[in-house]
Amino acid sequence: MMRLHRVILALLLAAFGWLLARAFVSLPASPPHLADAVTAQMDQSGVTHPLTAVLLNFRGYDTLLEIGVLLLAGLAALAVSGSATTTPRAELLDRPAVLLGLVRVLMPVLVVVAFYILWIGSYRPGGAFQAGSILGAGGVLLVLAGVVDGARVRLALRMILGFGFLVFLLVSATVMAGGRALLEYPVPYAGLLILLIECAATLSIGAILTLLFLGVVAKEEAS
Amino acid sequence: MSGLLDIPWAAWCLLLPLFAAVASLLTGPRLASRLAPLFALATVLATAGVVVRVLQSGPFRHAVGGWGAPLGIDFHVDGFSALMLAMTAVVAAVITVYARAYFSNDHGSGSGAYFWPLWFFLWGGLHALFLTADIFNFYVTLEVVSLSAVALVALSGTPTGVVASMRYLLTALTGSLFYLLGVGLLYAQYGVLDMDLLRGVVEVNPATWAAYVCILLGLLIKTALFPLHVWLPPAHSSAPAPVSAALSALVIKGSFYILLRFHFDLLPHEMLVASSVLLGALGMTAVIWGSLQALRQPRLKLIVAYSTVAQIGYLFLLFPLCFALAEPGDLWPTKAWAGGIYHALSHAFAKASLFLAAGAVLQAAGGDTLVHLRGLGERRPVIATALALASISIMGLPPSGGFVGKWLLLVAALHAGQWWWVVGILLGGLLAAAYSFRFLRELFRPAPENLVLHEEPRMLGYTALALALFTLLLGLAALIPFNLLSQGAPFPPNAFLEAL
Amino acid sequence: MNQAEIYLAAALGIMLIGLYGLFTQPHLLRKLIALNLFGSGIFLVYVAVARRIAGETPDPVPHAMVLTGIVISVSATALGLVLARRVKTLTGGTELPPPVEPEP
Repeated sequence: MMRLHRVILALLLAAFGWLLARAFVSLPASPPHLADAVTAQMDQSGVTHPLTAVLLNFRGYDTLLEIGVLLLAGLAALAVSGSATTTPRAELLDRPAVLLGLVRVLMPVLVVVAFYILWIGSYRPGGAFQAGSILGAGGVLLVLAGVVDGARVRLALRMILGFGFLVFLLVSATVMAGGRALLEYPVPYAGLLILLIECAATLSIGAILTLLFLGVVAKEEAS
Repeated sequence: MSGLLDIPWAAWCLLLPLFAAVASLLTGPRLASRLAPLFALATVLATAGVVVRVLQSGPFRHAVGGWGAPLGIDFHVDGFSALMLAMTAVVAAVITVYARAYFSNDHGSGSGAYFWPLWFFLWGGLHALFLTADIFNFYVTLEVVSLSAVALVALSGTPTGVVASMRYLLTALTGSLFYLLGVGLLYAQYGVLDMDLLRGVVEVNPATWAAYVCILLGLLIKTALFPLHVWLPPAHSSAPAPVSAALSALVIKGSFYILLRFHFDLLPHEMLVASSVLLGALGMTAVIWGSLQALRQPRLKLIVAYSTVAQIGYLFLLFPLCFALAEPGDLWPTKAWAGGIYHALSHAFAKASLFLAAGAVLQAAGGDTLVHLRGLGERRPVIATALALASISIMGLPPSGGFVGKWLLLVAALHAGQWWWVVGILLGGLLAAAYSFRFLRELFRPAPENLVLHEEPRMLGYTALALALFTLLLGLAALIPFNLLSQGAPFPPNAFLEAL
Repeated sequence: MNQAEIYLAAALGIMLIGLYGLFTQPHLLRKLIALNLFGSGIFLVYVAVARRIAGETPDPVPHAMVLTGIVISVSATALGLVLARRVKTLTGGTELPPPVEPEP
């Protein structure tokens, strides 16, 4: 990049930084916020952890779309990298022994921890995304160890990928029966519905993250 | 009748395309292709329900999750959002029919296999964008739209396409992140995320200024206003034809919609005066520069893509006419606002028609350089007519919808005494005629004797023509959309009706 | 300086570094990293905002927004990496060619 361009960029960024700094400094000391509104309605939310309540109930619509974005990225990775992610399992010849042993020990632990984190999300920090990331990390480990090096895109894989989003959509729609709004959980069932959505989401998130990793690292066939 | 009105049309308007997306994934490409028109029809019906409801009982809210702002996220549907929803639904439905035919020779192998889920995600994301009243939710919907658009551009698989897609991704993400920063600043200062509630509390202070700059920058990047337009021509021209159509017609209007919402329904008027002049100036530059670039392009799709850069410039002319150059009580801001929106609406149909027709040309003639177009007028009259009619709207000639939009902007500029804008608008129209004639001229040349055309699916031409005819309809029957637009408009109802 | 102010100052620095890198680094991978830096700075602003309220528990709404933002950011970065890989395969290079004005 030309010297002059760098200087102009630096000046622009400095101006931008000054604008932001001025804003930060001027923020009110006790700002208005939504935390009280959250606390006031917590007992209607079906969970006891405020973050989970916001994510999956009060602002659940954001989460619905966000799971859609994740699914979208997974599909895009499949679409763009095409044959690379879908090569059938190659000869498992040079699997490193130590890594394999580690995988054998770690995978069950990861799965158990993931489901624990999923469950505890209703009461303490945790939930579907955290649990799904752990599963995804397990998937990455499997890819690194050579246990998984390609994915056949058949119905089973498509189902797992779309499962979380589908369940969330179905719940959003079916609760409308009886005159309720979109995504308005009936209060006695809220906790159950949230758990149902989170379970489905966890599985999908884990699968999508693994697939994304695969899309980046998989060996390309000579095309 | 009231029973029908009680159906949550807005919710279905959102749910149906998203269901279609997952369903398309689960059924696989072949079945998805057969089901797609059904999903499209269902979505159009749900959108019709929303439009009828707004026409009958005015703007309404739908509290998603049942909580209501500020705790929850609301849908807010007024005339403007209903009009945008209708535009998206109709254009996307026609493109759906087109895409079925366009990809019919690609039997679900390779990257074409993922078109349908990505397509319906794009559609659903656009609906979500036009429905929501929550500024953070805008960010999420912008990402749904952007990421699906990026993926769809990359489907072409060509090196140019993938490079364009990468550039599009980087640009789109930068824009979204700036927008997100602005939202964070607004929440830090005011503690609410709902547009209507924010409007009640927002004041002019450093945090609001910083937020405005961030949001403006982010949205201008996404709307490709000169000079932030560089990503657009390669992305729109190298994508498969149905994708190009959706990008130029619909996606670009999404970020523009959010920009209008912030300017007219949220931020204090006095803050927007200085920037409106800048926006108008950049818009005028975009019109001239984009048109000049379009004159230099060798391929039809590139001409049309640069035409988008130019036409977007017209949209920004409404800003100075509504802010810097107006006092309360003036009538021309209403005209400018309505004109800008109507221009966006007609452009959607006209531009989509042009890209669809270009795709048909590609399949029939094997390429879309000007040489390939020669003689298509007599061998493919449907495609040629579509190109001609759509170009009429782009040029802004009566009786097209494009004329109505430009005319309103022109009248507003005249009333405001801004001769520069008038000259600019007319000059833009002349340049549009110039670049349009570049390809129209080739069409109506006699066909070379040895011209061999492939048999492309006839549906390609028919759908392109349908959209082009719609631009005529928009010109002749403008009162209906204007009636819709007036529901909940940011101008007093009297001013609106008088102005028309 | 209390905790929130430290976060805000750090966020400002991280954002500016990320933006500078985004515009100056030609290598695609570095652009993506810089973009992530910019994003992380923004998330830090949200976290600081959550901390600023009176009381001991932070505001859950900005935290929820950050979580959403992180997931979206991961999705977008992953897509970016896959695309970058494809660019490398198809063009042999790891940088975006400058946008070319096609000759008439």
